[in-house]
Amino acid sequence: MRRLIGAGVRRGVIELRQTVTNVADVIGYLFAPVMLIGWLQVIKGDEVPGSTVSLGAYSLVSSLALLLVISGVTSTAQYLTMDREDGTLLRAKATPNGMIGYLIGKIVLVAGVMVLTCVVTLLPGSFLVEGLRFDGGTWLTLLWLLPLSMLALMPAGAILGSFFETARGAAILMLPVLGLTAISGIFYAHSVQPGWLQGVSQVFPMYWLGSGLRSAFLPGEPERQLATAGVLAIWAVLGLGLAPRILRRMARRESGSLVAARRERAMSRTI
Amino acid sequence: MYYDIDSVRYMTGSVMAAGSVVDTPGADPVIDVRDLRMRYGDKEVLAGVDFSARAGEVVVLLGPNGAGKTTTIEILEGFRARSGGHARVLGVDPAAGDERWRARLGVVLQSWRDHSKWRVRELLTHLGSYYEAYSTAEKRRPWVVDELLEVVGLTAAAGTAIGRLSGGQRRRLDVAIGIVGRPDLLFLDEPTVGFDPEARRDFHDLIHRLTDVDSTTVLLTTHDLDEAEKLADRILILATGRIVASGSADELSRQVAGESEVRWTRDGRRFVHSAADATSFVRELFGQHGEAIGDLEVRRAGLEETYMRLVREAEGEGR
Repeated sequence: MRRLIGAGVRRGVIELRQTVTNVADVIGYLFAPVMLIGWLQVIKGDEVPGSTVSLGAYSLVSSLALLLVISGVTSTAQYLTMDREDGTLLRAKATPNGMIGYLIGKIVLVAGVMVLTCVVTLLPGSFLVEGLRFDGGTWLTLLWLLPLSMLALMPAGAILGSFFETARGAAILMLPVLGLTAISGIFYAHSVQPGWLQGVSQVFPMYWLGSGLRSAFLPGEPERQLATAGVLAIWAVLGLGLAPRILRRMARRESGSLVAARRERAMSRTI
Repeated sequence: MYYDIDSVRYMTGSVMAAGSVVDTPGADPVIDVRDLRMRYGDKEVLAGVDFSARAGEVVVLLGPNGAGKTTTIEILEGFRARSGGHARVLGVDPAAGDERWRARLGVVLQSWRDHSKWRVRELLTHLGSYYEAYSTAEKRRPWVVDELLEVVGLTAAAGTAIGRLSGGQRRRLDVAIGIVGRPDLLFLDEPTVGFDPEARRDFHDLIHRLTDVDSTTVLLTTHDLDEAEKLADRILILATGRIVASGSADELSRQVAGESEVRWTRDGRRFVHSAADATSFVRELFGQHGEAIGDLEVRRAGLEETYMRLVREAEGEGR
């Protein structure tokens, strides 16, 4: 088992290295943080209505939640569909214990991308906005919040990804993510929305991830750690319970002729 | 005194049959398939396939597109559940094979384009590492990567990103991945598509090496009759979901009472004639022309004619 975990981790590290040395991927990762930093320049000096928190700090931290949801859910779904489409998943299936190694590798990859997302967003952002707090409490919160978010988001991404035949199809997942962004208090305070909408958004991890991150970085934000941990844990338990079953069913159906058929369809589409 | 060849074969055959009664390990067939059936909806793709393969044997599945070759291979690889019939691969039902069983198989599918960002050596090392746990005293797993690269002729491309390989190189990598775990049984679905003649010959040498040195059993599908003839210990012709003939290339052409082709020259002119009974035709030819006949050649129906004929017959019956 130790050997297998080692193989999976190596796999994840190799894929992480590939993605950070791939120009197109890097542009993809940097696009959103760069846009965000541009936006922070525009709203410099503004304050969140009715509070002393600078709008810049609020936006920076909330947007981090959005970026983490995108890399945790949307990217996971897209990696999965891409790997189904090109036969990587089938290769894993043809290798003894290959599926376990594959999954460990994907967890390492997505975790790595999420950590990198935090770094490229927070590092330049913290120089631009005022009023972020970085103390022991911040790190303590991040220490449980980030891993728990990964556990809540990745299985959801994997399950969603298994419903799409192609990576192109999975790109549609950006729409619900953006919809949730609008109602989860990412770009403006949650409290200005009608009550029922507030309720809906509180079912999903994005709201809680945003709220948790704000409590870590913004002084004076309400700390609802128990509720945050609770909702994220429910998502993690449900996801981890369902994902292996759904993935196994999906993988069982994979075969050479299926991959070949998908390939043919993909080729005829480009022509 | 002389022996009739057929009776000698009969004698050795019975000696071998007597020997195989003793329960020696490895005497069980590597693949054993009986009445294998597969239907998709109301379309019957496999209508009762029977065959078996011994250790170290190269069995080639020949057949037109849609005859069920890939379906058969996918069922035996454990990638597809069969609709009915008996199937054992390395003594295990492929629908219930575990990872230990999986480690003894090598799989090369028709089209792979996975891991395109990985480098050749990187991927072989990585995939090989899954087989370490299944290394035995007789069979060290996985194959040492540098040696494997040499064997498939990819040493120069070891550091290349897989997405940048040529079609033939990619195919060689697929074969390398298929054998990196040093399998006891190797499945190859049209392995030499995109190979130039030299690569094809190297591939044939590799298959011979695998079967001779490691006594790997190989089940291979191909469209290339020449390849089937070169590699196969036994050829199975699959048509309309059934095996319509099996045997060595030579045995198959005997099975079909085909016409032979007779070529000769007379007075500097070339002649060709197809005859059902070549022997009596040639006797007559000499009777008529005697010494004037030169460059005589008699060719039995080749694998191609045999194959075409068997497939056509099977498809005619199916209608």
